[in-house]
Amino acid sequence: MDVELRVTPDRYLTVRYAGASGDFNPIHIDEEFARSVGLPGRILHGLYTMAQVARAQTEAAGGPGSLRRLSVQFRGMGLPEQEIVVHSIIREERDGVAIVDALAEQGGSAIIRNAEAELRLA
Amino acid sequence: MPVSTQAIGKSYPPATYAVGREKIREYALAVGETNPLHLDVAAARAAGHRDVVAPPMFAVVYSAPAMTPAMFDDEVGINFARMVHGAQEFRWGPLVVAGDEIATTVTVKDIAERAGMGFYVFESRSVNQAGEEVCVGTWTNIVRGG
Repeated sequence: MDVELRVTPDRYLTVRYAGASGDFNPIHIDEEFARSVGLPGRILHGLYTMAQVARAQTEAAGGPGSLRRLSVQFRGMGLPEQEIVVHSIIREERDGVAIVDALAEQGGSAIIRNAEAELRLA
Repeated sequence: MPVSTQAIGKSYPPATYAVGREKIREYALAVGETNPLHLDVAAARAAGHRDVVAPPMFAVVYSAPAMTPAMFDDEVGINFARMVHGAQEFRWGPLVVAGDEIATTVTVKDIAERAGMGFYVFESRSVNQAGEEVCVGTWTNIVRGG
């Protein structure tokens, strides 16, 4: 079963996420600064994208208590105003516990890869 | 890129974070959560929770006061201009709800150099006011050479 979560972070998402998370690194919120350090513009917080991978799991598995473990590798960079697609596939399921392989991509490039989640099924 | 490994094993004093209802809502809305357990006190209580429930990834919020001093420790020596977040893992225990007080302790797990890059790995352990382990995080930061 391949479960998909699609979300398009809007233009000011990184500002709201900075406030919510406390991570005010200017590469996420200041277009001019981001370009000055060689980025194409403001980039998404990796942990925001990881939160989308987490949300894909908890929405599929029945709530926040179902997610026991999540590990990810960050690759490349996520951008505002482009759709993120999270793909999740159950690799194994035993004794009410599922191990899920996931990735998050944007425009066909993985921005999170080798994600692995452990879910306790309701 | 030579790295200094002297900080491996170093631990920092625990930092406590008081979990607020509106902070959970603010975080949940920012990451697009729609589950009423995160947003609606009545719904959370009807489901048997004391107050609104933090999304699992809210761990980044209550861990931050403990992570920041470790990341910025001169003895660890991260060059922030060249740092990227390489990998992240969280393991969760009991759910965190508004009103909880979460104490987080951070340890430098590893500092290593591979393929000209510096790898800085931190572990955070977060416990609630009842002493239950609510989250263990493994934070891997990579500093590119050059």
